[in-house]
Amino acid sequence: MGPPKKRQMLAAGALWAALWLPPLRGLLEHDMTLHMLAQLPLLIGIGYALAAALRSSEPRSLVEADWLGIPGLLAVVFATSFWMLPRMLDRALAEPLFDLAKFLSLPLFAGVPLALSWRRMPPLGRAFIWANFIPKLGAIGGLYLGAPIRLCAYYRLDQQAAAGRALVITATTLGALWFLAAFFGWPPRQAVGRAPPCRRWHRGA
Amino acid sequence: MRSGFAPLLGIVLLAGIGALAWGTEGFRVVTSDGARRLQIEERPAPVPQARLIDQDGAAFSLRDYRGKTLLVEFIYTRCPWLCSVLGDEFQRLSTLARAGSFGSEVDLLSISFDPQHDDRQALALYGERYGAIAPRWRVAVPADRRSLASLLRSFGVVVIPDGMGGFIHDGAVFLVNPSGRLARVLDAEASPQQVSEVLRSASR
Repeated sequence: MGPPKKRQMLAAGALWAALWLPPLRGLLEHDMTLHMLAQLPLLIGIGYALAAALRSSEPRSLVEADWLGIPGLLAVVFATSFWMLPRMLDRALAEPLFDLAKFLSLPLFAGVPLALSWRRMPPLGRAFIWANFIPKLGAIGGLYLGAPIRLCAYYRLDQQAAAGRALVITATTLGALWFLAAFFGWPPRQAVGRAPPCRRWHRGA
Repeated sequence: MRSGFAPLLGIVLLAGIGALAWGTEGFRVVTSDGARRLQIEERPAPVPQARLIDQDGAAFSLRDYRGKTLLVEFIYTRCPWLCSVLGDEFQRLSTLARAGSFGSEVDLLSISFDPQHDDRQALALYGERYGAIAPRWRVAVPADRRSLASLLRSFGVVVIPDGMGGFIHDGAVFLVNPSGRLARVLDAEASPQQVSEVLRSASR
């Protein structure tokens, strides 16, 4: 393992610890927008960075079993859906054990498979995921933005609306970027989901 | 398709769907409020032995209500919004209870979760505003910190600061049945007819 990879892993580990420590954890979880759009994505990013550094030593059996990245990306969908349930946002705040479960399961079951399985997904599969993910994010945002009642016991109605607005903005931005990437090749593909040639798939191996 | 794909897929599907089913009580609720209602209705638990002090300064316990149906709301007397809705609702229920509309004896209890501000005088003023007369309608504070914590925990009430010196809390009315179990959650907006129906079915 080269020094850059080691540094990447150390940085991911340090960020993980920093996010868990009370000042930062309290700050991010105190606000619904920060909880959903900063803490959760950062936790996924930590798992992604760790797995990306260790990618070369991925066991052959896992490469075989994770056919086209389908099981891995399903795990991402389940893990992220679970922790986005309003009830689970509440429980993560109320019960430290639940928060710990979130801190372990999001990097492990969402970040790691995202780093490993996304590369295995063929372009059409990736397009399918983007095309599902972006409108869904926007729809959830719209729901939060317009809901007349609080969905989380630990967040105020105005925080919920702000989180909804932020989700809608994120979805719109992602949609615009994805559109540009898909039709104009801009911004450089690495920025949006990285779409390497996937030669193996095209050869039908 | 490669070797190991089917088992891995099976594990992911089983674990993923299992976790979501567990987290949503079998795909029935997505909020803590929904989960609490479901839990209360399906597994009514005994109310805690909390000590309270009412607007007349009298000490009592939730267990003293055995044999009667008790309606409980959580308030703080400075509350500008929800508590006035809850107060009106309780006033209406109190009138119905006194007129014997529910078929059984029903008492009311407004519990303040703000013992710092809600002294006996504040409780008495709140009681006067809505015509609450103890012991049929008590306006009370928990006698100590532990009683408050155990009440909030067992009723599943979450109170958060509203950023302006007040609190945000939910507007549920809780029904404690004659055997001393928390049996039902009613909406503050429910019509008197709906409430009496629930009362009749739950107090049996």
